[in-house]
Amino acid sequence: MSETAAPVKGAKARRELQRAVIRFAGDSGDGMQLTGEQFTTESAWAGNDIATLPNFPAEIRAPAGTLFGVSSFQLQFGSQRVYTPGDRLDCLVAMNPAALKVHLRDLKGGGLLIVNTAAFEKRNLDKAGYAQNPLDDPALAERYRLHKVDMTGLTHKAIADLKLDTKEKDRTKNFFALGLVSWIYTRPLEPTLEWIGKKFTKSADIAEANTRVLKAGHAFGETAEFFEEAYTVEPAEMAPGLYRAMTGNRALAWGLLAAAERSKVQIVYGAYPITPASGVLEELAMHKRFRIRTIQAEDEIAAVTAAIGAAFGGAIGVTCSSGPGIALKGEGIGLAVTAELPLVILNIQRAGPSTGMPTKTEQADLMQALYGRNSESPVVVLAPATPGDCFYIAYEAVRIAAKYMVPVIVLSDGFLANGSEPWLIPDPTTLPTIDVQFRTEKEGFFPYLRDAATLSRPWVRPGTPGLEHRIGGIEKQDVTGNISYDPDNHDHMVRTRAEKVRRVAQEIPPTTINGPATGDLLVVGWGGTYGSITAAVERAQAAGHSVASIHLRHLNPLPPDLGHILREYRKVLVPEINSGQLVRVLRAEYLVDAVGFNRVRGLPLASEELLEAIHQLIGSTP
Amino acid sequence: MSAQEAGAAAAPTPKYTKKDFESDQDVRWCPGCGDYAILSAVQKSMPDLGIPRENIVFISGIGCSSRFPYYMNTYGFHTIHGRAPAIATGLRVARPDLKVFVVTGDGDGLSIGGNHMLHVLRRNVNLTILLFNNRIYGLTKGQYSPTSELGKVTKSTPMGSADRPVNPLAFALGCGATFVARTVDRNIQHMEETLKRAAAHKGAGFIEILQNCNVYNDLAWNVIYDKTSKLAYELRLEHGKPLLYGPPDARKAVIMDGVMPKVVDAKDVQESALWIHDEKNVNAAKILADLFAPDFPVPIGVLEAIEAPIYEEVILEQEQRAISDRGPGNIAKLLTSGDTWKIG
Ligand code: SF4
Repeated sequence: MSETAAPVKGAKARRELQRAVIRFAGDSGDGMQLTGEQFTTESAWAGNDIATLPNFPAEIRAPAGTLFGVSSFQLQFGSQRVYTPGDRLDCLVAMNPAALKVHLRDLKGGGLLIVNTAAFEKRNLDKAGYAQNPLDDPALAERYRLHKVDMTGLTHKAIADLKLDTKEKDRTKNFFALGLVSWIYTRPLEPTLEWIGKKFTKSADIAEANTRVLKAGHAFGETAEFFEEAYTVEPAEMAPGLYRAMTGNRALAWGLLAAAERSKVQIVYGAYPITPASGVLEELAMHKRFRIRTIQAEDEIAAVTAAIGAAFGGAIGVTCSSGPGIALKGEGIGLAVTAELPLVILNIQRAGPSTGMPTKTEQADLMQALYGRNSESPVVVLAPATPGDCFYIAYEAVRIAAKYMVPVIVLSDGFLANGSEPWLIPDPTTLPTIDVQFRTEKEGFFPYLRDAATLSRPWVRPGTPGLEHRIGGIEKQDVTGNISYDPDNHDHMVRTRAEKVRRVAQEIPPTTINGPATGDLLVVGWGGTYGSITAAVERAQAAGHSVASIHLRHLNPLPPDLGHILREYRKVLVPEINSGQLVRVLRAEYLVDAVGFNRVRGLPLASEELLEAIHQLIGSTP
Repeated sequence: MSAQEAGAAAAPTPKYTKKDFESDQDVRWCPGCGDYAILSAVQKSMPDLGIPRENIVFISGIGCSSRFPYYMNTYGFHTIHGRAPAIATGLRVARPDLKVFVVTGDGDGLSIGGNHMLHVLRRNVNLTILLFNNRIYGLTKGQYSPTSELGKVTKSTPMGSADRPVNPLAFALGCGATFVARTVDRNIQHMEETLKRAAAHKGAGFIEILQNCNVYNDLAWNVIYDKTSKLAYELRLEHGKPLLYGPPDARKAVIMDGVMPKVVDAKDVQESALWIHDEKNVNAAKILADLFAPDFPVPIGVLEAIEAPIYEEVILEQEQRAISDRGPGNIAKLLTSGDTWKIG
C-alpha cells in the first residue's frame, strides 16, 4: 500500500476513450449474460450510449466446458452515438479454454485479453480441443495484451470464511471478472451492489459473497502490477430525459400494453412458445392488470386463430412467433385478410430454414411476410429499427390494424429481441390516438360496407342487437358480405383488399434521409441492421463521401416518397441479413439498379465490412 | 364486465320463435341431407335458451356441416378447416359474455382439427360443440373420414381404408371433456333435448350427432334408423335409470361383469345387479362410449356431465385478482418503473 491513500480512481493512469467494445465469454453456467447485463447497467449509469449483443447456446444446459456450450455477452459503449454492439473487440474476457477458442478471432491485435487461468486445466483444454495450453504459447502474449488471472483462486480467497460450499463460491467468480473490468473502464459499482442487495434477500451469505468478490475484482485491478493502464469513457451527448435499458421483446410487449390502454380495446394475445419470441408472451403474462389476456395455445395455428376469434369478438388479436411458426400461421393470416379483422402478427425472425439456428438472428422472412400465403393476401408489414423502436412499431401495428381492419406483420429479429439500448422514455400521452369505433347503428348496416378514406369495413361487437351477421373465409360480395362466386366480384374484392393495404401509405411520415438529399450512393436498410448501416454510413460521410442512408420501417406499403428518393442517387446499396430480399422488391417496384450487400451468418452485419462495400461501390479506397 | 356488457345482460330477453333464428340465406345442402334436420332442431331449441339473439355466436370450420352459421340468424363466423375450437377459445377469452356454439364434422373436428378439439375439451372452455358425424368427407366428394370403418371403400381407398376409426365419444372423454352426449339426426325431439342440456352445461359441452350423408355414405347409421334395428339396439341413457334396452318382449340389460360390460336378458338380472346410469361417473361413461351394435346396444343421450374449472373464467379471475391486488395497469408508471436514469 502506498502511504498516501490516493482515491482509487486516480491511482493509475487513466486514458480517455471514445468507445470500447467488450465481450464476456464463458461457459453457459458461468453467468456471462448476467455479467454483461450488469456491466451494461453500470455503463448506463456512467452516461454512455450503449448497444448490446447477447449470444447464447440453444441448449438449455449445454455440457460444461464444450465449444458449443459457450455463452457470451458483447457490448459497445461510448461517449458518442453507439449504433452497434461493435465488430472487433477491444477487450475479451475468457472464463475458460472453450471461450478463448471460440472468441479469440474477434479480438483486435493488441487488444486486452483477460483469462481465468484456473479453468485452463487438462479436462477443459481437452474439451476445447487444445493439445497444449494456449496460455503457454508466447505468441499469444505477443499478439494481445494478455492478463492471466486466477479468478477462481482469488474468488475463493476473498470469501474463504463464508459458510458456502465450493460450488456456491465458484459461482460468484463472474463478479470477480465484472469487478475487474469495471475497474479497467472506470465503471461505477453502485448499480451492481444495489442489484445484489435486491436479488439475494433470501441468503445474506450469498449477497455478502457476491459483494466481496465484486470488490475483490475491482481492488485487484487497482493493485495488480500488470494492469499498466485503465480507461475512462466520458458520458455521451444524449437527448435529455429519463432513460431505461430496453430490449426489443420487452419493448414489443410494452408497446402492446400502451396500445391497449390508449385504445381502450381489449387485447387478446395467442402464442406458442418458440425461441426467440417466447419472451414477449412471458412479459405480457406479467401484466394482467392491463387487461391483456394471454393464451398459451396448443400450437401456432391455434395461437393465430384464437387471436382471430378474439378480433371477431371486438378485441385486438395479437399473435407472436418466429419464422417456422409464422409459416404455420399462414392460412390463419389469410382468413384475417378476407374476414378483414384487425390482427397483429409479431415475427421475431431467426436463422433458418426449418429449425436453423434458433438463437441466432436473421432477416430472411421479408418475402414470407409479403407473399408467404396462398393466393392474393396482402398484409401491412412493419419493421422496427432498434430494440427501443419495437415499442413504437408494436403500437403503430395495433393502430393500423384497427383503423384499416387489416392484419399487420411486424418483423423484429433475434438481435433486436435480446439486444438492449438506453431508451428515452416517452410520455405515453404524446403517442398518436387509436380511435376505435364499434358500429352500433342498425340503419343501413352491411358487414362489408366501406369507409371512403380507409376502405375498412365496420367493426361490430357480437352482442350488438340488430347487427347479427355472418362472415367467413369464402369469397363474399362487397358491401353485403353474402357468399359470392361471381367472377367480377372476386376481381373487385382482390383489388379492394390490395387497395386497402396500399392506402396505409397515407399513414407513413416523410422518409428521414441521413445525409445529402442527392449524391453518389444511397444505402437502404430495414429492421435490425439500422445500427450497422448507420455506423458505416457515418464513417463514409466523415471521410468526405457523398453517401446517405434511409431506413424503412414500413415495408408494405412502402413509403410514398421512396421512388423519388431512390432516383436522387447514382447508386443504391441494400444491406440485408438474407440473400437479397428487399433489394428484389425495390428493383421490381421502382426499376432501380439497386445492389445487395448480403451476409447470412446468424450475426448482425459487421459495419467494417459494409464500409468496405460502400467504398468499393463508390470507387474509393477506405 | 364493461358497461356495455352489463347493459346487454340487463335487457329482458325477447320472446323468440324458430323463425327469428332463420337467416335470409339459401340453404345449400344436398336434398335429403341430415343437416337439414339438425338445423331445424337447433333453430327450434334456440328460443328456449333464454339468451338474447345478439349474444349468440356460431363458429364453424370447413366441411358440409360448417356451412351452418350462414343459416343461423345470429352472429356467425365460418372459418378455416379444423380451427373452429381455437377461434371459439379466443372469442370466449375476449368475450365471456357470449354464448358460443362450435359446429364441426368428423373430418373437421377429429382429423385436421383433432388437436384443437383435444385442447378445447381439456381446457373446458365454455362452449357447445356439435360434431356432425357422417363417417365420410362430403364436401370434397366422398373420401373416407377418421370415423369411417376399417376397410371402407371410397374414391381415395379403392381397396379399402387401412386405418382404424376413432370413436368421437371415447376421444372426448379421453380428452377430459366435462359433458359428452350422443344424439341422432332422425330424432328431432331427442336432438332438441340434448342440445338444450349441452347449452346449459357450464364448460365444454360435446355432442356427437349421428348424421346421414345420403349422397356419399347413405344409411351409415342404419342400425339406429331402421325401425326394427333401432328397437333392438337403441339404449336411451337416463341419469339414475338402469341400462335397459330392446323390445318390450325381449328386454336386455347391460351389466358389469368384473371390469367388462356384458349384455344379459333383463329378466335374469336382479334389480340390485343392474347398472344404474350415473352421468357423474366418468369411468362408466368411458365404458359406455365404446359400446356399439351388434354385440352391444348403441347408447344415445348424455354419457357424462361433470363440473370442472372453466378456462376463461380462471383467466378472468386472475385478471381481477391482479387488478384488486395492485390496481389497474398504468403505462406511464410502467415505463418509468425499475432502473431508470436521467440525462440532462
Ligand atoms: S355431401 Fe353429404 S353431408 Fe354434404 S350436404 Fe350432401 S348429403 Fe349432406
